[in-house]
Amino acid sequence: MTARVVLEAERRRRWLTTPEGVALPFTLATRGSRAGALLIDLFLIGTGMVLTTLALLWLAQRIGLNLTNKGPAGHAVQALAIAWFTAMFLLRNAWFLAFELGPRGATPGKRVTGIRIAARGGGPLTTEAVIARNLMRDIELFMPLVFIGSALSTGSDTGPAAWAGLGWFAVFIAFPFLNRDGLRCGDVIAGTWVIEAPKRRLEQALSLGEGGAGRSAATGAQYRFSDADLAVYGEYELKALERVLRDNRPETLVEVAQTICGKIGWSAGTGDERAFLDAYYTQLRARLERGMRFGRRKADKHA
Amino acid sequence: MKPLADRVAGWLGHDAEQAVAAAEEAALRSDRFRLEREGDWKRLEGIVARIERGRLKSVPDEDLLALPVLYRTAASSLSIARETSLDEALVAYLEVLTQRAWFVVHGPRAGLGGWLRQFLGGGWSAAVRALGPDILIALAAMVVGTLVGWLLVSSDPDWFYALVPGGDERVPGASGAVLERTLFGNADQPALSVFAAALFSNNAQVSLMAFALGFAFGVPSILLLVHNTGMLGALLWLYHGQGLTLELVGWLSVHGTTELFAILLAGAAGIHIGRCMAFPGDAAVLDAAAAAGRRAALVMTGVVLMLIVAALLEAFARQLLDATAPRLVVGAFMLVFWTGYLFVWRRGRAA
Repeated sequence: MTARVVLEAERRRRWLTTPEGVALPFTLATRGSRAGALLIDLFLIGTGMVLTTLALLWLAQRIGLNLTNKGPAGHAVQALAIAWFTAMFLLRNAWFLAFELGPRGATPGKRVTGIRIAARGGGPLTTEAVIARNLMRDIELFMPLVFIGSALSTGSDTGPAAWAGLGWFAVFIAFPFLNRDGLRCGDVIAGTWVIEAPKRRLEQALSLGEGGAGRSAATGAQYRFSDADLAVYGEYELKALERVLRDNRPETLVEVAQTICGKIGWSAGTGDERAFLDAYYTQLRARLERGMRFGRRKADKHA
Repeated sequence: MKPLADRVAGWLGHDAEQAVAAAEEAALRSDRFRLEREGDWKRLEGIVARIERGRLKSVPDEDLLALPVLYRTAASSLSIARETSLDEALVAYLEVLTQRAWFVVHGPRAGLGGWLRQFLGGGWSAAVRALGPDILIALAAMVVGTLVGWLLVSSDPDWFYALVPGGDERVPGASGAVLERTLFGNADQPALSVFAAALFSNNAQVSLMAFALGFAFGVPSILLLVHNTGMLGALLWLYHGQGLTLELVGWLSVHGTTELFAILLAGAAGIHIGRCMAFPGDAAVLDAAAAAGRRAALVMTGVVLMLIVAALLEAFARQLLDATAPRLVVGAFMLVFWTGYLFVWRRGRAA
C-alpha cells in the first residue's frame, strides 16, 4: 500500500534544472486535485455571478426602474445592463487570468487544493502563456457542455454530424488522460503544466542536543557505538530511522530500538528508547556523512 | 517533548551569537553547516511568504534587494546539503524553499496593467505580423469561401437554405423592398440588445472556434472560415439579384470590416498553431506548439478586443447611420485603422 503510494508520487515527479544549475524536483498535480480546483473555481464564479445579478437587481428596484421604462429611465436600465454584461464577462474570463498571473500562479480553487501552474521546462511563466491556456478552456469545457446540451435537447433526431462533433469534443475532454504529464490542450498550447505547490517548515535537527551527544536525559546513561555497530546500516535505514524519530510514536520507537539492538547484539533495556535511538541516529549519520565526504556511500544495509 | 524544547532553546534563538556558539557545539559537520545558514533561509522564507500573499509593497527595500542573493544562497545550500548531509527533512525543506523562491524570482514580470500597455503599444501588432503566411492562408480561405458561396447559390438557389441559417425574410425570391427594409430604418431598435446579441452571437463563437480548432493541425479552422464566408457569399448573391449590392456592403461594412478582420486573425492564429504542430522544424512538437500558442494567444486577445469594438459599431453606429455612404466611410475608416495599426505602425523600428 505505502509502496504503491510512493511509486505513484515517483511517477509524477519531474526534475528541472534551474539557471543556477540546481536540479529541483517538481511533482505534477493529480487529475483529481485539478478537477477539484476547477469545481471550486466554478462554484465561486457562479456565486459571484448570482451575487452581482442580485445586487444590480436590488439597485434597479431601489431607484424604481423596470425594463419597460423609456427615455432617461430607459437609459439608466441600459447602463445597468451594460454593467451586468461587463461583470459577467470579467467573472467568466478574467477570474482565471488575474489569479494565475499573481505571485502564486493559482486560482483560489488551486490554492485550496495546493497546486499551481508553472512553465513546462522551467522557464519563466509569461502572461501570454496564461492567456493561451485560458483561451482554450472555453473550447475544452464550456463548448462541449453547450454542445451536449443542445444535442440532448434536439432529442432523437441527433444526426451523424452531431455524433461526430460529440466525439471531437470528447477528445478535448479526455486529453489530460491521454498523456504522461496530464496536460490539457490549453497546457499544450501555452507550454505550461500544473504542479503541486507544497509548503514545508524547517524541522528540528535531530542530531543536536543531549540525545545527539549520546547522553540520556532520563537515565544519564552514555551511548557510544563502535564502528562495527554502525556499519550494519546504510542511508536507506538512516532515513527510515529519521522518519520514525520525527513521528515520535512510542510503540514504533520500542519496536525499532529492539530491532537495532537485536541486529548489533546489544541489550539496552526498556524505557530509554528515545535517547538510545537519538544517539544511534546521530552516530550513524556522522559515520555515513564522513564516508560521503570521502566519496564512499552506502546506500542500504545490503551495500 | 521536554528534551526537544531544551534542545530548541539552545540554538533557535534569533541571536546570531547563540547560533554560532551552538554551531561550534554541534557534533556533525553538516549540522554546523546548517546552523550557520539557517538565518538566511528563514529570512528568504519570510520574504517569499509575504510576496506570495500579494503583499509585495510591505516588503522592505533591503529585503527585496537581498532576495536574489538569498535565493542563490538557498540554491547552493541545497546542492551542498545533497552532497554532505543525510538529514532528509533538511534537504526536503531546501528543495521546497528553493522552488518557492524560484517562482518568485522568475515569476511573471509585469502585472496585468503593465502587460496591457506593452500589448497595445506594439506587442499585439508584432505578434500579428509574425503570423504573416497564416494570415494569407486564412485570407485565401475566406475569399474562396465567399466565391464558393456565391457560385453555389447562383447555380442552385436551394443552396441558400443550407448555407444561411434561416428564420427571417432574407430568402431567395424576396422582393427588393423587403430586402431593403432589412438594411435601413431600424434606428429605433434598442442599441443594447443588438450589442449583446452581436457580442454573444455567431461571430465571437466562430472566432474562438477557429482559434481553438487550429489545434487539429489547422484543417478545421480553414473549413470553418470557408463555411462562414460561404454564408457571406450567399447573402451577397441574394442582394445582388435585387440590385442592392452596394447597400448590403455598406450595411455590413460598418462593423463588418472590424469583424471580418477579427475572424481573419482568429483563423490565422488557429492555422498558425496547426502549422507549427504539423511542421515543427527542429523543435519538439510540444515546444513548437507552446511557442506558437503564445504568439497566437496575443493575437487572440486582440481579436476579443476587435469583436467588442465590432459589437459596439453594430449596435450604435449602424443604427445612427441610416444611409449607405456614411456607413461605407465608417467601414473603410475602420479597415484603414486596423491595417495601419497592425501592419504599418511599428514602435522602435530603428532599434
